Amino acid sequence: MSIAITTQFICFTVLSLVVIIGALGVVLLESIVYSAFLLGGVFMSVAGLYLLLNASFVAAAQVLVYVGAVNVLIIFAIMLVNKKEDLKPINDIKSRRIISTSICLTLLSLLIRVDLTNVWSFSNPQNSIGEESTIRIGEHLFSDYLLPFEVASVLLLMAMIGAIVLARRDVMSKDISTGLPVDQELIEKSSEPLLTNKN
Amino acid sequence: MDYGLDLEYSFNEFLKGFGLSSEIAHIIWLPLPMLLVLVAAVVGVLVTVWLERKISAAAQQRIGPEYAGALGVLQPIADGLKLLVKEDIIPAKADGILFTAGPILVLVPVILSWLIVPFGQNLLISNVGIGIFLWIALSSIQPIGLLMSGYASNNKYSLLGGLRAAAQSISYEIPLALSVLAVVLMTNSLSTVDIVNQQSGAGILSWNIWRQPVGFIVFWICALAECERLPFDLPEAEEELVAGYQTEYAGMKFALFYLGSYINLILSALLVSILYLGGWGFPIPVELIAKFLNLPINAPFIQVFTASIGIVMTVLKAYLLVFIAILLRWTTPRVRIDQLLDLGWKFLLPISLANLLITAGLKLAFPQFFGG
Repeated sequence: MSIAITTQFICFTVLSLVVIIGALGVVLLESIVYSAFLLGGVFMSVAGLYLLLNASFVAAAQVLVYVGAVNVLIIFAIMLVNKKEDLKPINDIKSRRIISTSICLTLLSLLIRVDLTNVWSFSNPQNSIGEESTIRIGEHLFSDYLLPFEVASVLLLMAMIGAIVLARRDVMSKDISTGLPVDQELIEKSSEPLLTNKN
Repeated sequence: MDYGLDLEYSFNEFLKGFGLSSEIAHIIWLPLPMLLVLVAAVVGVLVTVWLERKISAAAQQRIGPEYAGALGVLQPIADGLKLLVKEDIIPAKADGILFTAGPILVLVPVILSWLIVPFGQNLLISNVGIGIFLWIALSSIQPIGLLMSGYASNNKYSLLGGLRAAAQSISYEIPLALSVLAVVLMTNSLSTVDIVNQQSGAGILSWNIWRQPVGFIVFWICALAECERLPFDLPEAEEELVAGYQTEYAGMKFALFYLGSYINLILSALLVSILYLGGWGFPIPVELIAKFLNLPINAPFIQVFTASIGIVMTVLKAYLLVFIAILLRWTTPRVRIDQLLDLGWKFLLPISLANLLITAGLKLAFPQFFGG
């Protein structure tokens, strides 16, 4: 075995272990903050796996989008509403756990079966495009994948407008869920310039 | 394309002369540039700390450090040694694991980003194809470390500082990436070496700053905000938050934050000089000087001379920008948090979007000036 292949093997083993153990930690740990940080670690190791597959652009995009945006927002949300309260005890917790474990194990066995029975087509490493992939991804995004690309951007725009409507309560005079008139006190206070009303 | 000194090739050939296989030569070569860049980054921090002390003293009509070495040049080393031997304290109610992991997560991405900083045609650790995009992706990891240390300190000031730092770096990352995108659009490549080569046509006249003046200013403001330098140092505003996320830290863990912020400042200055100020290029093209003096461009003497001029020019441009950043720190007041977010979202983001659009239009209209 040459040195390059050995290095690749070691990296692959370490990254896979981090992904599996980290993902188990995200699900099983009691503390939600640890779960969120571990999720970031899992995203990073997945990016490392992409890097091993010669997909450096996808790896960097994975880090930028999943670690830099999604995971930071999750942690942000957890820290803004980090109330110290005990969860309500659930009566039939044992049977629920047994049911969810069995469902997960069934899904896992299904995936393993697909993995073993499917005939995978291995691409020749000599044919991999490597650094060219950025250009190739751009070409695809603006030709045959143009419609999904544009639809995704419209979806994001809708989500953004929705978030703004929900956050700015002065757009609507009534609360959507309760039907009561909206308390606009706080918004008024924050939108007023702080320095002008001093004199 | 393949001109200039190639130290890796010469080194490998040199080792092969001793009968080593090319793989082993490669393994011996690998750590050398990394170590060199790490040492360069740390020495750069020492110089910047000394500059910061001296320039702040001059701005406030003081003398500044003067007893440790000539003109106080040894002062930063004394500071560093002091931090090194200080007791490492983890507060009793803090979360030990996250408290330790926070500073590491802040420092490592910054040092990793030095991978793509070129000091010459072949004088960089790795000319990766995704180049500048790698830096943008890596710098987005930092807020997690800041949030982690803010949370783990179990201190309200730390938590607020961490939240502010994350909000700030998320808001300023978008205009930063958009202004980089305008430069990438002109270069047709993400690689930092290609970005510099694209500016090397006519010396100072072909630098990107003339073609991207708006992008340059937006990028510089965003880089300062990402480094948490003074007009934007809200995460550690001492009058409001004691020291933000660093409040509970002492000793070497505090030093990691300190090191991280200064390495980030130098890195940002280097990237501004690469993206907009022609990188390692001399204001007058070296090829032109060689032709004028009737010297062959491929002579070893000229090659060594060009390489050293390249390193000197990169460092000089970067330190000029560091000087401006330090002057800004000691002469401007701090913005409020709402002004900071307004500036990022309502001013810089539309401007950088418009800049991208105009660059794309100009590229179509004048392909010879704005990259074909």
